[in-house]
Amino acid sequence: MTRTLKELFIKNILLLFALVSVIILGLIVLFLFLEGLPVFEVVSVADFLFGLEWYPTYDPPDYGIWPLIVGSLVVTFFAALLAIPLGVLSAVYIAELAPGPVKEIFKPLVELLAGLPSVVLGFFGMAVVAPLLQNTFNLPTGLNIVNASLILAFMAVPTIASITEDALYSVPAEFKEASYALGATKAETIVNVVMPAALSGIATAVMLGMARAIGETMVVLMVAGGAAAVPESIFDPVRPMPASIAAEMGEAPVGSIHYHALFATGIVLFFMTLAFNLAADYISERFRETGSGTL
Amino acid sequence: MKRRYLKQHLFLLTVRGSALLIALAICGFFIFIFVRGYGVISWEFITEAPRDMMTKGGIMPAIIGTLYLTLGALAVALPLGVLAAVYLSEYAKEGRLLRFIRVGIRCLAGVPSVVFGLFGLGLFVVRFGFGSSILAGSLTLGFLILPTIIGASEEALKAVPRTFREASLGLGVSKWQTTTRIVMPNALPGILTGSILSIGRAAGETAPIMFTAAAFFTASLPKSIFDEVMALPYHIYVLATAGTRIAETRPIQYGTVLVLVGLVFGINIIAILLRSRARKTKRW
Amino acid sequence: MKESNHIITTENVNFYYGDFKALQDITMGFEKNRVTALIGPSGCGKSTLLRLLNRMNDLIDGTRVEGKVLFEGADIYDPRVDPVDIRRRIGMVFQKPNPFPKSIFKNVAYGPRVNGVCRKRDLDALVEKSLLQASLWNEVKDILDRSAMTLSGGQQQRLCIARALAMKPDVLLMDEPTSALDPVSTAKIEELIEELKKDYTIIIVTHNMQQAARVSDCTGFFYLGRVIEYNRTDLLFTTPEKKQTEDYITGRFG
Repeated sequence: MTRTLKELFIKNILLLFALVSVIILGLIVLFLFLEGLPVFEVVSVADFLFGLEWYPTYDPPDYGIWPLIVGSLVVTFFAALLAIPLGVLSAVYIAELAPGPVKEIFKPLVELLAGLPSVVLGFFGMAVVAPLLQNTFNLPTGLNIVNASLILAFMAVPTIASITEDALYSVPAEFKEASYALGATKAETIVNVVMPAALSGIATAVMLGMARAIGETMVVLMVAGGAAAVPESIFDPVRPMPASIAAEMGEAPVGSIHYHALFATGIVLFFMTLAFNLAADYISERFRETGSGTL
Repeated sequence: MKRRYLKQHLFLLTVRGSALLIALAICGFFIFIFVRGYGVISWEFITEAPRDMMTKGGIMPAIIGTLYLTLGALAVALPLGVLAAVYLSEYAKEGRLLRFIRVGIRCLAGVPSVVFGLFGLGLFVVRFGFGSSILAGSLTLGFLILPTIIGASEEALKAVPRTFREASLGLGVSKWQTTTRIVMPNALPGILTGSILSIGRAAGETAPIMFTAAAFFTASLPKSIFDEVMALPYHIYVLATAGTRIAETRPIQYGTVLVLVGLVFGINIIAILLRSRARKTKRW
Repeated sequence: MKESNHIITTENVNFYYGDFKALQDITMGFEKNRVTALIGPSGCGKSTLLRLLNRMNDLIDGTRVEGKVLFEGADIYDPRVDPVDIRRRIGMVFQKPNPFPKSIFKNVAYGPRVNGVCRKRDLDALVEKSLLQASLWNEVKDILDRSAMTLSGGQQQRLCIARALAMKPDVLLMDEPTSALDPVSTAKIEELIEELKKDYTIIIVTHNMQQAARVSDCTGFFYLGRVIEYNRTDLLFTTPEKKQTEDYITGRFG
């Protein structure tokens, strides 16, 4: 009997360890709200979210994060525009076209990119891409939407490519054979059979890639330019939310309105990435249930 | 017919072109980083502290700081992660509780790193009063890599054949003893590989340590876990963005980038070698 | 069959995998120091019954047992009973040899070690005795430190038997122990079973009727989750009472 009790005890202790992740997640949400909500004593939720002025250190200060939200969305959008086709097509290349030896080199190369610290990419954007953009287009600054989107896209490609590749591999070979047997060419088979069958996997890949891009801090902090204004051209600098938090937290005194405003920005950022992640989760979950049977 | 082949060729060309573009971009990037940084790196660069307002000298304190933070993160995440994975793989039954835990882990994995930084600042630095310190930074980084470690460990545990568990349980050995004596030893190589990969990630993260551990410059090496440290990623960021001598310190920036990239890749390559060795000597 | 000689009896046992009823109303007695064979076509429930006798089915989610399984008169499905204790006394040998990826010595010593036998001398003696009983000692006595994975399939299976014997069980359950082995190894295991029944009660599931006829004293024929016929082996194979049994043993189906 004592052994049974001991086993039960162990099981419950292990359960506690498994719950740590959930607890941490809960604590993260708790602290974001605990430290973020006080800002709404000073500014209304609507003014905070949709206010066009972000001047937290002015007198009187303005706490409108709309320009920051737009900044995040704009760089993520343009990054997606680049990263989705490149990532998906690279995955198609690896899964369907690449000869063995090429695959052996290409895959680890993409994995290397995935493991690269983002500060290094941010640095590259500052030191190399920015002057290049500035000189080519004769701009006041090379730190802008285009630069940030380029670097973010470069970062998101490995995420999108590797998950898409898994999805393409899981398409049953019979589908392809059936298509070839009907006289379809390789390209037609890929476009009409393989990619539609892998569509939800590809969608998951895109969602996760976007979640990674919107939450990425160092790249946007270093290369987006830092201007807290709604941009008018793709060569304008912006200040996405993570950049604002990272740049200003060092100077905001603990407990000040500015400090609380940055945590509140964290709430918005947290829920935006959560939405992307849950969407990815939902799509992949549905994918698993329906499986290959539904085209 | 002709148009059909044209379309086929065009599509395949786009696919190949995209892959080539990515491959060239990655190769170009690494070659560039290597060429610019290679000349800077010397024995002195690795072993000396910065001098003359960071424009001269080396980056030794940042290397040491990054090592401390990464090992600290591992010390936090490894026991938590492995035990959580043991629960998920060996004890949990399908059901609401398990789904709840899994969603929690996936959501934690998706939290942006700067939000981890905010969390670490709010809880460890301010509430617990650890200040900006190795302890606060390690805890923050540890929770950041926790989902990765859980995932890798669970996969390694699940790869242990069911027959081993049956054999042990069939002998009248309890579940916990079966887990610790049969399942975990056989999953160890896989757990290690996953953990080492996540170390690589922890070493390169900047945002979570900006407000919780990293210092622009420390006069001496840390003496306790309550001290601030310099760290390689933060060093790059600071040199590249702050201060008035950005151009002067550019070579040091490239050198630091190469050291960080080398460190992260070194860690990843160790993990990959370990994995392939474990696969070769796999005994089942 | 005298009632008192039964070491294990089942009374009206039903068994479910989820909603699927895999065993129906099984009432049987297993005699001490005898070999009982369970035969029948695939999916007839014979392996399920075997794994039910030492609660190995507990490990599968969504299973349920009704009725009683008595081991030496006590119900092993009583909530107060720890399945670990049951498995110590009722050992099991599996279909595919499943040694641990450890040395030969450590494989046999594993069970006793976990249960607190740690003196080197005791362990040495126990390992030697178990390997002798499993007629493997002469083949491995000089290579006890070598990995068990280097042994042949037949040797591995005898090692698994030795590993089970080291726990000093009363009953040994064997789930198609020779189905993954070549004929020579199979013959060795069958000889071994003959030896072992002096000290142990053996219940063996087999898909091979000749094997059942050769090694067992009693045989139960299963079909669609029911015991169709249960009798002395010589009688069952020579004068089956039921038509289904006769069809099966003469190879008309299954």
